Amino acid sequence: MSLNIPLPLFIALPLAVAFLLPLFGTKTRGFASFIAVLTTAALLVFSIFSFGRFEVYCVGRWTIPLGINLVLDGISALMLLTISIVSFAAILFSNRYMEQYTAKSKYLSLFLLMVTGMNGVVLSGDIFNLFVFLEIASIASYALVGFGCQHEELEAAFKYMVLGSVASMFVLFAVGVVYGNTGSLNMAVISKHVAENGLNTGLAFALALFIAGFGLKAALVPFHAWLPDAHPSAPAPISAMLSGVLIKALGIYSLSRIIFNVLGVSVPISWVLITLGLLSMVIGALLAIGQWDFKRLLAYSSISQIGYVMFGIGLAALILSKKGNPVWASLAMLGGLFHLMNHAVFKSLLFLTSGSIEMSTGTRQLKELGGLAEKLPITRSACTIASASIAGIPPFNGFWSKLILVIAAVQAGFYTLAAVTVFVSIVTLIMFLKVQRYVFLGELPENLKSVVEHRGLMAFAMIFLAVLCVLMGALVIYEPFRVVVLDNAVNALLDGLAYAGKVLNAQILNGQ
Amino acid sequence: MKGMTIIVKTVSSWIKVLVFLFGIYIILFGHLTPGGGFSGGVILAGSYVLLLLAFGREYAEENLPLPIASKLDCIAAFLFIALALLGFIYGAGFFFYNFLQQELMADCNAAGKLVSAGAIPLYNIFIGLKVAASLFLVVLVLSAFRSESDPTEGQE
Repeated sequence: MSLNIPLPLFIALPLAVAFLLPLFGTKTRGFASFIAVLTTAALLVFSIFSFGRFEVYCVGRWTIPLGINLVLDGISALMLLTISIVSFAAILFSNRYMEQYTAKSKYLSLFLLMVTGMNGVVLSGDIFNLFVFLEIASIASYALVGFGCQHEELEAAFKYMVLGSVASMFVLFAVGVVYGNTGSLNMAVISKHVAENGLNTGLAFALALFIAGFGLKAALVPFHAWLPDAHPSAPAPISAMLSGVLIKALGIYSLSRIIFNVLGVSVPISWVLITLGLLSMVIGALLAIGQWDFKRLLAYSSISQIGYVMFGIGLAALILSKKGNPVWASLAMLGGLFHLMNHAVFKSLLFLTSGSIEMSTGTRQLKELGGLAEKLPITRSACTIASASIAGIPPFNGFWSKLILVIAAVQAGFYTLAAVTVFVSIVTLIMFLKVQRYVFLGELPENLKSVVEHRGLMAFAMIFLAVLCVLMGALVIYEPFRVVVLDNAVNALLDGLAYAGKVLNAQILNGQ
Repeated sequence: MKGMTIIVKTVSSWIKVLVFLFGIYIILFGHLTPGGGFSGGVILAGSYVLLLLAFGREYAEENLPLPIASKLDCIAAFLFIALALLGFIYGAGFFFYNFLQQELMADCNAAGKLVSAGAIPLYNIFIGLKVAASLFLVVLVLSAFRSESDPTEGQE
């Protein structure tokens, strides 16, 4: 069962459709959304078939030191699948949800541009193209955050744009420094250079710039200020995309790719990653508890959950660079990457349910809601499943990834870190009990008596993600799945600088 | 916006043609001389911005209506991707493959001629159209916002 999809299609297909869609007017917008749904569905199928492949693609037949190349390995495939799942669900949801706004075909176009950017980031084999795709995805998301054109939305979008541009400048500057020090922009070539000569001062400086730039994109704690404004202001499916995959593809993925495969891990860098992860985890969770705006609460909890992912990856880097037991390094990495996937699913589900609640009731203030359990049954069940997953209650997916992280931390001997992880998990549980209590239980306010739930594709999108929340535990329990989906991704990162050899050899094999 | 004085109008109505032609030249000779799609497109848009400044927004919009500019923007970008995708069909399955050079134009391979370099001039033309249309749209939208928020506008 294999379908060899040429890698550039992941980028070219959404890009071509994105430019085609604005040509449709208001009368044919139904057709435009049909094409958009079809595109994301096709990308979902393609990304499922991309597992278990290792491929280096030379664009325009120009081989590595000369041309641009795309690399598909385990971690890229995992990110592609995550992006496709969330974008498929989000676009199904927006089909009805975005009828509240005007200019739907422009929205769909921007949405697909964002998908293009993210697919490009995870497939790109050289750091300058990574920067270009990062900008495509970011600029599309700036526009999407301000899509409602209300005062508060434009303010959030402007704030996001300023901080996002600062992040991009950091990354661009780092790319320049790397080029100056190694004479190449290709990841494999840089990686080879680093393996032979080690890190000099310039490259170490570039690494610091990369951490600041990608950290800003990932909203890790000292860099998180834009996220709690930007994510709640966007339309709900866009919040789902931003929190679900954008911060991971642009932030976590790029950072770990650069650190593990290009510039190499070391003990101080690993501690930086772990510290960033822990800070995000604790501060994000504590800030989230106090929020009364549903989407703002979710946004803060995204910061906290991103901390988990960063913590897992940082722990793996630490064990790896201290030459510890590689089993625990790969376990920590597995926990981090699995949590990344899980968080994409349940956080986007939570944002979709918040959109459904906002659309039915017209508010997202927790204090104005209540007693909606019977009025919105599908939303309620989806929200409960997602809350249980994010709090780490068995048998939902969040439980497995948090369990793996805690086991890895304990086995590697970091008992305090494991205790912090468990503590934050309890805080998360409190925050989502609060959501359940104020939204679905309690008294139904007088003005919400006539609330109706929107069914159809919106409900389908939520059910699709809720089912995934339940079933994704199978990815770790059922061994063949684990080997193909997760272990490949873990090995791709933990191979470290051996990445260079793999890419350069693969290129010689199929290079004409 | 009513535009500027008669002197500016007369001069810019002569110059706009030259600017436009120069933009076309930069695009078409992009593969031979410095320049190319982007810079040529900026010059093309510049000729429209000149119209906009000298004659006012309405005049420029009559010359290149907003819906047409926006459609041109999308179509040019789409054609660019389509051309890149054609590399799959003609170029042994390679994206962005310069298929015209090897497959269809093997015998007129003279470097330095206007018709050479395979598909690259086509890419330049599409990029030029795209950049011209979108840059013009950006300036047009900015000027529209200005006239709405200008407090002196209504009193004249």
